[in-house]
Amino acid sequence: MTTATFRIFRGAGGSGAPQDYTTTVSEGMVVLDAVHQVQAESAPDLACRWNCKAGKCGSCSAEVNGRPRLMCMTRLNELDLTKPVTIEPMRAFPHLRDLVTDVSWNYTVKKRIRPFTPRPPDAPDGSWRMDQYDVDRVQEFRKCIECFLCQDVCHVLRDHQKHDEFIGPRFLVYIAALEMHPLDTLDRTAELRQAHGIGYCNITKCCTTVCPEGIQITDNAIIPLKERVADEFYDPLRSLVRLVTGKRPSGE
Amino acid sequence: MADVETVSHDVLIIGAGGAGLRAAIAARAAGVSVGVVCKSLLGKAHTVMAEGGAAAALGNVDDRDNWRVHFADTMRGGQYLNNWRMAELHAQEAPDRIRELEAWGAVFDRTPDGRILQRNFGGHRYPRLAHVGDRTGLEMIRTLQDHAIHAGIDVHMEVTIIALLKEGERVVGAFGYDRERGRFRLFRCKAAVLATGGVGRAYSITSNSWEYTADGHTLALRAGAALQDMECVQFHPTGMVWPPSVRGILVTEGVRGEGGVLRNSEGRRFMFDDIPANYRTQTADNEEEGWRYTQGDKEARRPPELLTRDHVARCIMREVRAGRGSPHGGVFLDIAWIKERLPKAAEHIKRKLPSMYHQFKQLADIDITQEPMEVGPTTHYIMGGIRVDGDTQMSTVPGLFAAGECAAGLHGANRLGGNSLSDLLVFGKRAGDHAAAFAARQGEGAIDAAEVDAIAAAALAPFERGAGGESPYGIQHDLQIMMQDLVGIVRQEDEMQRALEAITALRQRAATAGAIGNREYNPGWHTALDLPNLLDISEAITRAAIERRESRGGHFREDYPEKDPAASGYNILIHQAPGGTMQVSRAPIPPLPDELARIIQEQST
Repeated sequence: MTTATFRIFRGAGGSGAPQDYTTTVSEGMVVLDAVHQVQAESAPDLACRWNCKAGKCGSCSAEVNGRPRLMCMTRLNELDLTKPVTIEPMRAFPHLRDLVTDVSWNYTVKKRIRPFTPRPPDAPDGSWRMDQYDVDRVQEFRKCIECFLCQDVCHVLRDHQKHDEFIGPRFLVYIAALEMHPLDTLDRTAELRQAHGIGYCNITKCCTTVCPEGIQITDNAIIPLKERVADEFYDPLRSLVRLVTGKRPSGE
Repeated sequence: MADVETVSHDVLIIGAGGAGLRAAIAARAAGVSVGVVCKSLLGKAHTVMAEGGAAAALGNVDDRDNWRVHFADTMRGGQYLNNWRMAELHAQEAPDRIRELEAWGAVFDRTPDGRILQRNFGGHRYPRLAHVGDRTGLEMIRTLQDHAIHAGIDVHMEVTIIALLKEGERVVGAFGYDRERGRFRLFRCKAAVLATGGVGRAYSITSNSWEYTADGHTLALRAGAALQDMECVQFHPTGMVWPPSVRGILVTEGVRGEGGVLRNSEGRRFMFDDIPANYRTQTADNEEEGWRYTQGDKEARRPPELLTRDHVARCIMREVRAGRGSPHGGVFLDIAWIKERLPKAAEHIKRKLPSMYHQFKQLADIDITQEPMEVGPTTHYIMGGIRVDGDTQMSTVPGLFAAGECAAGLHGANRLGGNSLSDLLVFGKRAGDHAAAFAARQGEGAIDAAEVDAIAAAALAPFERGAGGESPYGIQHDLQIMMQDLVGIVRQEDEMQRALEAITALRQRAATAGAIGNREYNPGWHTALDLPNLLDISEAITRAAIERRESRGGHFREDYPEKDPAASGYNILIHQAPGGTMQVSRAPIPPLPDELARIIQEQST
């Protein structure tokens, strides 16, 4: 039976150090299996968040060999096991303990986004009619499992700590799902530019690279939203009209 | 008790999956204050794992469907142990609950004329499951979550409840700890709704996450409520079997709904070999007809792969035991074969079953558009649970309500796929409505500080035993293996008696479980605290399974392999007797009202 060494960050509140654990490796194992084995064998108090173990709940986000990954979907046979595998907590959020971070900021951000507001129903039974073609693009965004790996890798949050000014790729995807929802009636363009800070994103596409659901975050969500903001606020023709009429863009 | 953080809500909801969130939304809409306790982060509950869809007789795909057909299907699938009032309300109200989700932003797949699309599923006569590819549960929980956060509901994330508190007969609070800091928290309430899901972690092969440790069932049991039908555990026929680390992970029934077939090692579609008498008239007797059914031919009857889950699981076990299984102890589930029938089949499969494609590709190196999957039964769901009133969802304890998987009744001895998501919505709402109404009639109750102190002290005992105590992981592991072996999919009396002895021995070990480290986010400690729940539920399942001396639905007895007509007339109840022992009794099922009996008669052909 082969073994592998896992260099797991241990500690609380940001302070601590990596610690090596060696455990046996069997066919098909994922990183989360290794963490569970370590818990059962030698570190029962090793803190780690997880639920479904099938890539559907987005709980077990961590940085494996420096890359933001879901531990439950990272197979050991895709890693180099001749060297220790490093497992660290996400960096963009306050550290709690071992592999667990405080992701509550994400929940407060979502609350600030104006909720889904549908047009009146199309039929007397209170239902609507929508084409599959029109829901396809929204369904892509609604695949999001809220693992927050895109937030973790985003340099605006990770390196520049702009959590107060920028909502991050997860919530730009969320707004894209609302704005492109065939039934929604609100226009969130003004707050995208101001409170949500879409201008901070300089489309380096790191978020798209780490998304375990394969959502085209940058191309399909962020860039179309940026275009809406540009059309609304930076279109020269509209600026001229504004200059003449004195009217401000909506929401300002 | 002085240093314990205390919060008050009129209605306390314990559990934040589909049922808990729907209950919270309903209770808040009724004007009372609402707190929701989630064991994990908001939006991560087990509902997120549901794949196939939510059953509701919308009639969008086949206009012959209506609540009467859905009611009869549910009763037949449940082998008539169902609470018929719940089956009636469920069938009647599910369509409105689904339409309501659309009003809250859910985006279901569409029919060509723009309505909610519905798909075929086992035991449902017509295409009935509203769905979003194979990630319907995610769509549902996200919709409820995003609606609830704007409704003025307090959410307590990563908090586990370890006891309910009563004043006299009535529930007046709950006591638990937060994971992050390991601090205790006291909740005062006028009514409580349990929506804690299931018990799958009592078994070694399961589709359930770590959270499914029977918290609600055992909180209710200890608070004096009755449990019902605990012998009825659903082993889903298709879980992954290879590689070992993914054993048990669910493979949606939607694969079969889209035309996937089951074959043994000889390539035979063995499901044609055993079609139960009560399903014979509605089941295809040849492969051609079965295929036409999955492609929407209204004249065709459904293929036997879409018989009820209990039956399909047993047929798979039969093939494996007869030596006709797949290399890793399952059978083959093949969707790739449809390329013989459909142009662009690979694209079609990826669009209809995206997360299955992803799951097998990533975890098993299998491309399901090209090759068959290996599947076998996995512990998936418990039909049994807290006995509730069909209309109000109140348990036998005043002020204590239950909804979703932790409640019993709707599904009888076997649940139809898709009836769980609609169950959460229909009875989540009902529980929330009635809990709010109950709370509005009550004053705040008194909390017994000495009782709270005793519960807190017991919860900290694993730390006192420290490294000298036994590892809780090992005890949990041994319990899971034992239950899988002795009270699993095929049961017999002598094995279950051995299981009771094993549970007694495991209880003694659990009393010595130790935890090291400190109280902050300490999974070893949490595992030690989950053990009493898993042990209690294992005992309840075993005692009920011994009592039912027949085979019905998810409960299969090798020593009593036939259905006993006399046993369709009662549910088995479990109570906690004074001193903590479990009492088993039988409760007669009230006779069906004439109108419902007539529907079952009409729909029987």
